[in-house]
Amino acid sequence: MIQVEGLTKDYGARRALHNISFDANQGEIVGFLGPNGAGKTTTMRILTGYMPPTDGVATVAGYDVVEESLEVRRRVGYLPETVPLYTDMTALEYLKFMADLRGIPNSEDRAYETLEHVNLTDRANSYIGTFSKGMRQRMGLAQALIHRPEVLILDEPTIGLDPAQVVEMRNVIKEIGKDRTVLLSTHILSEAQNMCDRVLIINKGKIVAEDTPDNLQSRLVGSQRVILRVRGDADGLDATVKKVKGARSVEVKPDETIEFEFSSGQDIRPQVAKAVVQAGYELIEMRPVGLSLEEIFLELTRDDAPSKKSS
Amino acid sequence: MRNIWTIAKREYDHYFITPIAYIVAFAILFTIGVIFAFNMFYFIQNSFQNPGSVPDISPVTGPFVFLLVLSAPALTMRLLSEEARMGTLELLLTAPVRDFELIAGKWLGAMLYILTIVAVTLVYPIILNNFIDPGIDWSTVLTSYLGLILIAGSFLALGTGISALFTNQIAAFFATLITFVFLWWLVGFPANVLSGSGADLFQYLNMQSHYYGALSDGIINLSDLVYYFSLIALGLFTGTVAVEMRRWR
Repeated sequence: MIQVEGLTKDYGARRALHNISFDANQGEIVGFLGPNGAGKTTTMRILTGYMPPTDGVATVAGYDVVEESLEVRRRVGYLPETVPLYTDMTALEYLKFMADLRGIPNSEDRAYETLEHVNLTDRANSYIGTFSKGMRQRMGLAQALIHRPEVLILDEPTIGLDPAQVVEMRNVIKEIGKDRTVLLSTHILSEAQNMCDRVLIINKGKIVAEDTPDNLQSRLVGSQRVILRVRGDADGLDATVKKVKGARSVEVKPDETIEFEFSSGQDIRPQVAKAVVQAGYELIEMRPVGLSLEEIFLELTRDDAPSKKSS
Repeated sequence: MRNIWTIAKREYDHYFITPIAYIVAFAILFTIGVIFAFNMFYFIQNSFQNPGSVPDISPVTGPFVFLLVLSAPALTMRLLSEEARMGTLELLLTAPVRDFELIAGKWLGAMLYILTIVAVTLVYPIILNNFIDPGIDWSTVLTSYLGLILIAGSFLALGTGISALFTNQIAAFFATLITFVFLWWLVGFPANVLSGSGADLFQYLNMQSHYYGALSDGIINLSDLVYYFSLIALGLFTGTVAVEMRRWR
């Protein structure tokens, strides 16, 4: 549905996108993950026909975004980062206007149906200016859905929503993603993990990793971290743990806890437990600290990003 | 064409919820009403001294075209600059609408609003017609109004184009006002001072020369029509290019 090949975009002298390539298939939710200014919005704006790329080719639903821009725009629903709403129109007027712009017959009926879809029928005749952030976000989504597009491009769809609204928005997007192509951007990792079939991590205009959220996690987690806690005096505990073969980066943390790391392949927890008890400590807790997608992300997008944690 | 109409209709409706549009309508209609009333009063008072002189429509159309210089910038300033500032331009530029259709729709919306005000002033020729025997010279009324509409069309097209260049409404307002002051007034000075082809050029640019002594007096010249249509085309072209430039920046 979306094919991107060697896309490059320069803003004056600054290169915002460096030769990026990816694709997205029908029925797939692809997440664009990256810090602010990484090039997510730029890529989306190119794919929606808002701006042409400096170099490279992108096709959406089989149409070239530059040569057949109008055809692409007919097939894409787009929710920009700043939700584009006319605050002096009512919800129904606004959606009817968007439906008319897209040449939908019976635009008023369609506008009403779409309002139903995003749960705003009770506010159909209220001015958008009076809407809360969550409702505005839903209006933005309604606008993107009004022509039932094959491809949906959502720039930070859950930003600024409260936790309940985030869950609701995610469910709506997942529902849509069942039979259509969704490309969404976020800088919240749990969101990408939760919603996306595939994640593209983008940083400084380059794609630095691409995989399913689970694969990304297991591929990049080379070591296991464990937190160890004892009752009472913990002096010398770090030395005891260090003596166990395979224990690395042993750190004393406040609150009588020690954090250490070992390679995923060889589990040294039993040996550590034995050593600690033999040294006379009262072991009360030992739990793994999963290296979250958050940390992987920070690793990958660090200035001197090494491919793996090394210590 | 359908897209132009959709955008024009939204813009026209929008004028009726903005105070500035009401202020413009009030200012134009009030000023014209006062001038018309005093002119009638003066004419009736002096009709014995000047037998044979007949009042015409110029006390209505004359002030109207002048007021357009001041008020048209207020009607066009927000057309595209506000869309750019609010982020809704992104919505329109990713909808299946050509850049030209967007600009033309905005212009048409403003045009329909001015035409609504113009329509209200049609009561004056009707009043005049009832006062005068054997009736008013309708051909002059028609050409005067044609000129008025062409001037409004030119101003609004230029204003729409200039609005597309700015993100700030006030900046768009003053840039538009200066352009109108130049076309309506300043350009007449070099035309009077210079001689030869230079004077001809400035004389041609001078909008007043395409109205007074021409359309306002019942005379339709092709060159005048070409002048107005060129300005409309220039305004819409400027706007289209400005929107295109936003995409490339």
